[in-house]
Amino acid sequence: MAPALEPKIRTFELNVYYGYKHALQDVTVDIYANRVTAFIGPSGCGKSTFLRALNRMNDLIPSARTTGRVEIDGNNIYDPSVDVVEVRRRVGMVFQQSVVFPKSIYENVAFGLRLNGRIPKAELDELVEHSLRRAALWEEVKDRLHHSALELSGGQQQRLCIARAIAVNPEILLMDEPCSALDPISTAKIEELIDELKSQYTIVIVTHNMQQAARVSDYTGFFYLGRLIEYNRTRELFTNPQRKETEDYITGRFG
Amino acid sequence: MSARAQYGFAPGGVEKRLVGVVAVSVTLIAALCIVGLSIGLLGHFTLEGLPHVTWEFLTQPPRNNNTEGGIFPAIYGTVLLVLLMSILGVPIGTITALYLSEYAREDSPFARAVRFAVNTLAGIPSIVFGLFGLGFFVQFVGKGMDRMLGHEQIVWGKPALIWAAATLAVLTLPVVIVSVEEALRSVPRLLREAALAVGATRWQMISRVVLPHALPGILTGSILAVSRGAGEVAPILFVGVVYSLPELPKGLTSQFMELGYHLFVLSTQSPDVEATKPLQYATTVVLLLLTFALNLTAILIRSRIRHIQRVS
Repeated sequence: MAPALEPKIRTFELNVYYGYKHALQDVTVDIYANRVTAFIGPSGCGKSTFLRALNRMNDLIPSARTTGRVEIDGNNIYDPSVDVVEVRRRVGMVFQQSVVFPKSIYENVAFGLRLNGRIPKAELDELVEHSLRRAALWEEVKDRLHHSALELSGGQQQRLCIARAIAVNPEILLMDEPCSALDPISTAKIEELIDELKSQYTIVIVTHNMQQAARVSDYTGFFYLGRLIEYNRTRELFTNPQRKETEDYITGRFG
Repeated sequence: MSARAQYGFAPGGVEKRLVGVVAVSVTLIAALCIVGLSIGLLGHFTLEGLPHVTWEFLTQPPRNNNTEGGIFPAIYGTVLLVLLMSILGVPIGTITALYLSEYAREDSPFARAVRFAVNTLAGIPSIVFGLFGLGFFVQFVGKGMDRMLGHEQIVWGKPALIWAAATLAVLTLPVVIVSVEEALRSVPRLLREAALAVGATRWQMISRVVLPHALPGILTGSILAVSRGAGEVAPILFVGVVYSLPELPKGLTSQFMELGYHLFVLSTQSPDVEATKPLQYATTVVLLLLTFALNLTAILIRSRIRHIQRVS
């Protein structure tokens, strides 16, 4: 049985603007701990913007402006006193394209670990192995840890990114269309992985693949034109959508 | 039935085709001129000069009022000048570029002012830098240092190697800043975000991801600056280069000989210009070779770093 339903992330009237564009409008939602929550919607609907608001990645875009609150365990991450680096350490992120550093496989996983000062080699080795095992990549790379990460296939690179993200032991894992550049077999592996990881992490995944959302998630939200139109248990949302836009989208009438 | 329907396509007019032929010819000729010019230039100097580039020429000081002997002091002075210039200019340029690309907001008035200053600097004629070097570095900084250090005699407040290098560093600063900034901006945003996403601070992101990734570009910037600096004569005219000096510069405050200036001296200031012709050609060849060698070294370093980055 999964642990009891507790909100891990709560947003209150979250708005994001890019210059004059109102990209995200009044999103208020609870995301539960140890569940996989998927956000779907057509391109440009604000789902990625929403995801990036959860670890303050939008801060990097000069024209972006955020209002409202995002609470993680009850603390507003947009509070001026909050250290954004600490937020990002607790909220890991996996990107649409697998972004590996042009370093060895080992160094990619160790990257986040090394940011907090020196760690004894034995301990680092252990943490790297543990992370690679959790990302279901260890068996494939254990003999070539010090080879360039760029030698790996696309699917392996994406699992390496997951290993790098979980190495620093975050509580939340954000995934921005993590499979959109992968073949079906690699996609299946990642989805399997997501299922295993949810016992330990709160996972939020953005995808434009509705089947994927239906397969991996416990909760699903549907974004359209910058608004969260509907949010419910995944099965409910797909079998019994309450809003017409949602129904139109999941039955393939647009998007 | 119209012509269009008959042939499927309207036949092109003679006029149109003629315009096409003329356009191709003109551009091709222009391109050929460039190739011809550079081959002619390099060929002429190489043919005339290379036979005179002997071991003695490269290793001996000039003799007999610059009409005989070699150019070793000028080679030595040029290399020293360019190295010192890079040491002074590249770090400042790199740090400025870091500020512009990583820290300053695009629309901040200060960043705009810096950019405006850089562009202005790039457009100033090089002789003006020479006058600036004399007025600022020699007269103001140098004399000021002598006063502060309580020197009886003038030590710093005269034309010297260090001031010439500083003047050239200022001249090449825009080249360094622009190319390093370009290198920094070419680091993919995703790579930066990936570093931040695992909890890197901005400085950790810059030092561990951005700078290593941009290193080849930073080196390219330095190369461009070095080649530019090595070929300039006007800026150093008043700040340390001399006509003839049998001995090598001993320190930062020494005066020095330089290849470009030596060439100017040989071809215009010599008592017997005809007699020094072989020396002029040979000096030109050495100057060209030195610039090529500097470029080549840096290109090799750059490709080596790219290679290392790929495998490690």
